Amino acid sequence: MDPIIILQAGVATGTVLLFATIGEIFAERSGVMNLGVEGMMLMGAMTAFSTTIATGNPWLGVLAAMLAAGLISQVHAFITITLQADQVVSGLALTFLGTGISLVLGEGLSKAGTVSLLPNFSIPLLSQIPFLGPILFTKQSVMVYIGYLFTPLTWYFINHTRPGLNLRSVGEYPSAVDSLGISVFRLRYFYVFIGGMLAGLAGATISLAVSPGWFSELTTAGQGWIAVGLVIFAQWDPVRAMFGSYAFGALRRLILDIQGPTILFGFNNPFYYNPYWGFFLQMLPYAFTVIVLVIGSREAMRKRLGAPAALGNPYIRGERGK
Amino acid sequence: MAESTSTHKKSAGYKIRVEPRLDVPPAWYPLLVSLGALVFALFLGGILISFAGGDPIRSYQHIARASFGDIGVLSDTIVKATPILLVALACSVAFRMKLWNIGAEGQFIMGAFGASAIVLAPVLSAETPRWLMLLVMALAGMAMGAIWGFIPGYLKAKLNVNEIISSLMLNYIAVAWVNFWIFGVWSEGGFQMSPKFPNSAWLPRLSEYAKEYPVFRGLTTHAGLLIGIVAAVILWLIVYRSRWGYEIRLIGDNAQAAKYAGINITSNIIYVMMLSGALAGLGGMSEVSGVVHRLQTAPIAAGYGFTGIIVAWLAKLNPLVIIVVSVLFGALILAGREIQPSGIPKMIQGIILVSLIASDFLLRYRVRIVRADAEE
Repeated sequence: MDPIIILQAGVATGTVLLFATIGEIFAERSGVMNLGVEGMMLMGAMTAFSTTIATGNPWLGVLAAMLAAGLISQVHAFITITLQADQVVSGLALTFLGTGISLVLGEGLSKAGTVSLLPNFSIPLLSQIPFLGPILFTKQSVMVYIGYLFTPLTWYFINHTRPGLNLRSVGEYPSAVDSLGISVFRLRYFYVFIGGMLAGLAGATISLAVSPGWFSELTTAGQGWIAVGLVIFAQWDPVRAMFGSYAFGALRRLILDIQGPTILFGFNNPFYYNPYWGFFLQMLPYAFTVIVLVIGSREAMRKRLGAPAALGNPYIRGERGK
Repeated sequence: MAESTSTHKKSAGYKIRVEPRLDVPPAWYPLLVSLGALVFALFLGGILISFAGGDPIRSYQHIARASFGDIGVLSDTIVKATPILLVALACSVAFRMKLWNIGAEGQFIMGAFGASAIVLAPVLSAETPRWLMLLVMALAGMAMGAIWGFIPGYLKAKLNVNEIISSLMLNYIAVAWVNFWIFGVWSEGGFQMSPKFPNSAWLPRLSEYAKEYPVFRGLTTHAGLLIGIVAAVILWLIVYRSRWGYEIRLIGDNAQAAKYAGINITSNIIYVMMLSGALAGLGGMSEVSGVVHRLQTAPIAAGYGFTGIIVAWLAKLNPLVIIVVSVLFGALILAGREIQPSGIPKMIQGIILVSLIASDFLLRYRVRIVRADAEE
């Protein structure tokens, strides 16, 4: 129950949610809700792990994971953008599809033994900072450091660049973008692909760094859905997504650690003496997601902020009012 | 919809033209499209199976034989179809209102818990007359399912919380909740299951009547099937023949118009989520009382909630069609248990749903092959 260790592990496991959440932010900012994050993450985790077994190179695993998840995201893109079908049902279908394919192709992977994983290292100097150093810069996975750089970059991209402006516009008012001669369809395909690649990256971060291995559906255990929930909490903002993700990561670690000691805050630890009380702890991340959704929704109503205006609507050229 | 035509492919003087459908297609057309999508999905699934090192034709043959081959396996198929039927009904009524209840899995599990609590708490003693015991169990299952549906419904109606994620999160909470009871309070000798229910808590099976009708010997089909069929008929009457059903369909088709017509959307969201949860909960009761005969997580949290979504969609949300489609999926799940690799049934379900949604395009658009030099 060392708070430093809990926060350090929280940042590491939170990095998984971070990539997935930012990926979904890209897709939703372009106007396409993709509920298939869970399925795409499983595809990523499975592809990363099996590619690493085959090649011995975890970086090839990461690359393959991003490509595989990006590829399967295009099924959703085709159905919702070109065929204009309902984004909710298509996203659900993508989750089933990704989960099913991962289970079939991942058969036997759980017995594969050890593989070479992504490296962990400390950053000289930065790791000497009191309190923050041990949490953020000591013996973290390279993916965690990529996450630190990635978040401000995406924030800058979305809010302060020309392509970022196009991205926001296509999610708010696609016909305006169309009238400028920019293809709404191409942009949306592209950002759904980016979202898929980032979900794949999140999956690879699980199976090659944070909790290495392939444990079929339990590899992700609903984290893809938590990511979809975090997008709403984050108000489609990468920086808020980062804090949300790390908080969730820390919560997951806290749940594990709280069951260890015999004495908790001077009392006999009920979770140690009655292990089945631990199931109430297991509920916490999911209950917390619902609470976070309530907070996000209330805030959105109060500030009159909210989802990109065109989120969920297919763009049909020439149709009025879209 | 304005005139919009687009050209997709050119080949040898002909091209494919896609144009919006202005007329209403004949009644058999959606059915044909769905069947076509199903066949296409099985074909695609076959390709993927052979990729994964399996033999698609033998896999499908195996599914057919192991689920419809003789009366014994047919009975087992129906046993598998029963929970799917009730869960698909639950999904269909919510989806009809464009309310994305994907928490039917959790509501099913809570229904199983509620029904089991009557036996295990115990609320009623084992000597209670069977009809009373089963009635109270069914009511308790429906009540627990309805509560589990009420939570995301209330959050959606009052606080505008996305029901997709909240109902899904409640699935995980339901599993942990049941695990708490069967690992701890109701654990039988440290195993992760409750003690077996007394006979008064078992839904009647066909095999019980083998003395009078020898054909029924060994058949596991239980009264849950009747419950499911009755529920389907009642739900059909509610949705298509009642004022409430009219409101539900109107909200689903055009929420704005429903609002102007003075329909209370907020309370309908809550009521429909509760109805949906109650149906799924009834499915959970039928499963513990008709099949498992004890509370245990693995056999009840087996993904029926998700299969139900696909079945509801394949049946175009029509409760009576759901009865037939459930049997097909019961077959897939029953036979799928022995197929290697074990993820194949799930993958095929995913492919079926994907091609179904894609095929809806053909209902809204007409795809025609015309001469390339034809006037636009």
